[in-house]
Amino acid sequence: MYSRAYKSAVTIPPLLWVTVFLLVPYAILFCHSFWSVSSAQTIVHNWNLQNYLQLARNPIYLQVLFRSMRIAASVTVLALLLGYPLAYYLSFHAAKRKDLLYQLVIIPLWASYLVRGYAWKTILGSDGVLNGFLQYLHITHRPVEFFLYSPFAVIITLTHIYTPFTLLPIYASLEHIPRNLVEASHDLGASPWSTFRRVILPLSLPGVLAGATFAFVLTLGDFLAPLLVGGPSGIMISNVVVSLFGAAYNWPLGAAISFCMMLLVVTLLFITERLEKRLAVS
Amino acid sequence: MSEAAAHAAASGSAATASTPILSVRQVIKRFGQRPVLRGITLDVASGEFLTILGESGSGKTTLLRLIAGFEDLDSGEIWMGAERLDRIPAHRRQVNTVFQSYAIFPHLSVFENVAYGLRAKSTTQAEIPDRVTKALAMVKMGEFAQAAPAKLSGGQQQRVALARALVNRPRVLLLDEPLSALDANLRRQMQVELKSLQREVGITFIFVTHDQEEAMALSDRVALLRAGLLEQVAPPREIYGEPATAYAAQFIGQTNLLRAEVRDGIASAGSIVWPTFGSSGVATYSLRPECIRLVTQSAGVAPADVTTARFRGRIRNQSFGGAMDLIEIECGGPNAIRARIASPGILSGEREFEFTANDAVRVREGEPD
Repeated sequence: MYSRAYKSAVTIPPLLWVTVFLLVPYAILFCHSFWSVSSAQTIVHNWNLQNYLQLARNPIYLQVLFRSMRIAASVTVLALLLGYPLAYYLSFHAAKRKDLLYQLVIIPLWASYLVRGYAWKTILGSDGVLNGFLQYLHITHRPVEFFLYSPFAVIITLTHIYTPFTLLPIYASLEHIPRNLVEASHDLGASPWSTFRRVILPLSLPGVLAGATFAFVLTLGDFLAPLLVGGPSGIMISNVVVSLFGAAYNWPLGAAISFCMMLLVVTLLFITERLEKRLAVS
Repeated sequence: MSEAAAHAAASGSAATASTPILSVRQVIKRFGQRPVLRGITLDVASGEFLTILGESGSGKTTLLRLIAGFEDLDSGEIWMGAERLDRIPAHRRQVNTVFQSYAIFPHLSVFENVAYGLRAKSTTQAEIPDRVTKALAMVKMGEFAQAAPAKLSGGQQQRVALARALVNRPRVLLLDEPLSALDANLRRQMQVELKSLQREVGITFIFVTHDQEEAMALSDRVALLRAGLLEQVAPPREIYGEPATAYAAQFIGQTNLLRAEVRDGIASAGSIVWPTFGSSGVATYSLRPECIRLVTQSAGVAPADVTTARFRGRIRNQSFGGAMDLIEIECGGPNAIRARIASPGILSGEREFEFTANDAVRVREGEPD
């Protein structure tokens, strides 16, 4: 049995942390979303729903939100397409190379996000590595402009950054599949492909769902990649929030968007968690 | 003589007189530098219940996995009829396995688990429900068809695993210690059911176990494996009554090993002397405890005939065992002689015992050749 002192010592600091750095800021944010900005550029505390109504009325916000979701969905699909085969190879066929390859997946996570963002800027720019290479091979004759400062650039950069986050839960779920189930499937006459489709893939779905959720949610809230490589056409919802809290000085509207985004993400997490539980049998 | 016939003769049993359904020839398997199977040759007759018996590490599971196709052999051949089995992948072999840990698919219902093999082999859709239902009925799991495997007990999962394998009508069914995870009572019950099931379906069973009682109760023949080599392959009665080696005698049932000096048809181990047919020299004999009888007549009366050997010994220990008492007799040798005697009463001091000379079976020591 633990003493009362010990129990308080381990519970109070995290509770305090959560309260001061999460609950209180969220409450302040929530309040701001019902306030407004006066003509004198000060925030006035007259409670109203104007901010939310403006979000619904002005199509620009919904457009940016949909673009953000499109980018997030693309990143999710690409991260799954890259991450799943690699995770599968690591778990089932890498044998002695397993540890080395696993480390190679992890190491990029140690490099700063910013460094990786700038790296893509260097690669995709009009006198960047990619354009130089294409012109050297005479595939193109002048720099291709749309590589950088486009949704395409944002998708590439974020896919690079979030693929390890997708791979890891998939890898973990593949590692948890008892190998004798694979043997049993072969034993019962199922070919390797059929075994993958009927045993390995269904049993790894909780990991796929967790990985997809990571990629989607992290991308949806990202603002650095669009800032670095997105250009005007690659602006995402978080950039709108950043500018509303900054230069535009409209904290109440920014708070309303933030709150809507939070609601969206929490709903998404709730649904995927339920789905994951249903998929995870035994 | 054909090669197959030669192997049949080598394994020394009437059961292999017909063409074997499965033929393991000179199979060698190493894991890295460590040899696991060091040249196994074994024929399995159609419809036979063959048990591969051995201690852990003897290579018995590896042999089963080679037949199933989960491992590649280093040299040798495995044949099923006229088909070279070791060259085709596991999923094309007409062999099914019941795994030690059952390996039931957790994401599929009991019904779908059993139907798995039928769907994989693209059996006619209409045929599947009927065959699955029959297979589940055969193992008395009919009412659990729609259940999730996680809700089943160990014994029930075991039955599902059996149905899932048998529904495919394999030519050979491999069972890898399928009963080892069950408790003692359920285990005995499953042994009986397994045996009657095998008679019913008439499929060849290759059963792996480390439990010699289980092996004797179930099998038509026992293949005793020791450190990657076959020690003896014979029906249980033969392997018990006429063990070829000291190891076989000790592993299957209890025995007394008598190290004897043989000269002119007489074997003598300390104070115990009996007639034998073996050649002269030093030899080891196996004498089962239940072959030893207590002499109850007054001392000095001659034995019934010359093939009965008598010896005197001090009672060192007597433990009551219900029908038979286990008695340890001190008679000068390095080890006490153990005897199993039906209701002898309480014994003490020095007593006289006898056994029939034929019951002392000459066995080989050391590694099989």
